[in-house]
Amino acid sequence: MTAVKLPSDAEAAVATPEFEAAAIRQESRRGFLLAMPSYAYLVLFFAVPLVIVVVYSFATRNRFGGTDLSGWNLASYARLSEPIVRDILFRSLWLALLTTLICLVIAYPFAYYLATRTPVVRNLMLVFVMIPFWTNFLVRNYAWRVILGNDGPFTDVTEAIGLGERELLFSKTAVVLGLVYSFLPFMILPLYAAIERIDKRLLEASRDLYASGWQSFRKVLLPLSMPGVIAGSILVFVPSLGAYVTPDILGGSKTTLLGSYIVTQFLTARNWPFGAALSFVLMAVMLTTTVVYFRKGGRTL
Amino acid sequence: MSKLLDKTASRTAGSAVEPHGWTKGVLLANGWLVYAFFYAPILLLVIFSFSDSRNVGVWGGFTLDWYEGFVDSRQTQAALWNSVKIATVSTVVSVVLGTMSALALERFKFRGKQVFDALLYLPIIIPDVTMAVMMLLFFAEFFDVLNAVFGTELRKGFSSIALSHIAFSISFVSVVVRARLAGMSSHLEEAALDLYATRWQAFRFVTFPQILPGILGGALLAMTISLDDVVITQFVTGPGWTTLPVYVFGLIRRGVTPLINAVSVVMLMASMTLVALSLLVERVRNVGTNQRRGF
Repeated sequence: MTAVKLPSDAEAAVATPEFEAAAIRQESRRGFLLAMPSYAYLVLFFAVPLVIVVVYSFATRNRFGGTDLSGWNLASYARLSEPIVRDILFRSLWLALLTTLICLVIAYPFAYYLATRTPVVRNLMLVFVMIPFWTNFLVRNYAWRVILGNDGPFTDVTEAIGLGERELLFSKTAVVLGLVYSFLPFMILPLYAAIERIDKRLLEASRDLYASGWQSFRKVLLPLSMPGVIAGSILVFVPSLGAYVTPDILGGSKTTLLGSYIVTQFLTARNWPFGAALSFVLMAVMLTTTVVYFRKGGRTL
Repeated sequence: MSKLLDKTASRTAGSAVEPHGWTKGVLLANGWLVYAFFYAPILLLVIFSFSDSRNVGVWGGFTLDWYEGFVDSRQTQAALWNSVKIATVSTVVSVVLGTMSALALERFKFRGKQVFDALLYLPIIIPDVTMAVMMLLFFAEFFDVLNAVFGTELRKGFSSIALSHIAFSISFVSVVVRARLAGMSSHLEEAALDLYATRWQAFRFVTFPQILPGILGGALLAMTISLDDVVITQFVTGPGWTTLPVYVFGLIRRGVTPLINAVSVVMLMASMTLVALSLLVERVRNVGTNQRRGF
């Protein structure tokens, strides 16, 4: 009978503040121990690297392509105002913005349609949005390279409809097309989640009160789905701004964007401090948009 | 994502908000166009991978030559195995760590929890390129230090790639497992503890079987991301450790060949299989949830 040690009745019955505090402390320690390995891992292999990038962005590139960490300066950030760099920054911002807008225009009606289907149809439709979402990113971009390439299906189509042989590959249009293709699911999913959450009776009420379809969209549906619009826009805008694979495969050398420019600094130009400064700019944009999102009461999806 | 699917079952579409007239036509057309946009390129790629033509986008009759080329090429085979090894190791480690952190965040209060939550969230939203730069600089600066401190013999290659993949996979696994944990009450665990189960027994026999679908879903996700990654791997890889996506990316930059079509389709099939598996797990998970609710 002594094999199982039961807590004595007195111990369990008297829930003194001390007893409770000790129990809470013990729980807290358990939680911390569980989180500990990942916590330590992420500090070492994520937070520390993040700090190193910031430190590098203040360093100087020496004559041999190495980096001198002594003597911090803002030279790398000053270079951001150089015409070439400014062009790249503005081009990236513009193309990322354009991608976001196009995704929004395509995804909004799609998400609304999705949200008004019956559950069975809806789940099926969602599954077919998820499949490209998880399909190999590189391969999906490569597919467009094949389609838009020399004598590929795209030129077949333009010739057939009498537009002549059009060359779309290695242009900004091709890059935006690739980006929209890559990130459209990122827009559809949060928009759908937001629209689905809306009480549909509000839309009915607005129509009952003689709002036109447009007014009901503008004054009821759109404001209520705003969290989804913002979340989707961030999820498309940030990766588009930092895109590297898509512009590299579809844009060629003429349309350098921020992502590819950063890579060049590390793998070819060997100017690590400048590359680190550019990465920091990208990171700052990401953090700002995310913080704004959460301040506005956004929620994780 | 699972949350989205779960929720759909509870509500039905309202009839008065059902689009009608020309709006309906536009919405329907848009829907079909979106799906055509998603799937036509993938379909064309698969078709052209069987084309007997040197030009990647031209149909020249059916052939399996390019797939033979894939099987025969020593480089692609080596790259494939590298990818598989790295994905396996990073999946196993990140599943253990990710599940532990999900449990900690969902079931416990502890000091530094909010910081941990934020830190866990960052790898998901940070752009690939930035993460790649971070890892490159980190390994350039700290591999020597780490080796001296821990007495390890880490070199750029397998360990740097696996360490980087784990760094972002933990977050994805933890998000998926957390979603699962958030959707189930802790009453059963508490009951087990009240009935004198040890903490470990309560986890092993009560919590674990319930969150298993979430863990499997997280594992498949971690594996998919590891197998797909190009940018970060390219930055931290070392001699002899080219993965399949990095190898293919290099080939594409040098010029497209039909061999790339075939390799791409193989990669496509691999990720499609993983997606299909995780959708299947999702189904099992939903069934499980419904049973628990008494349907």
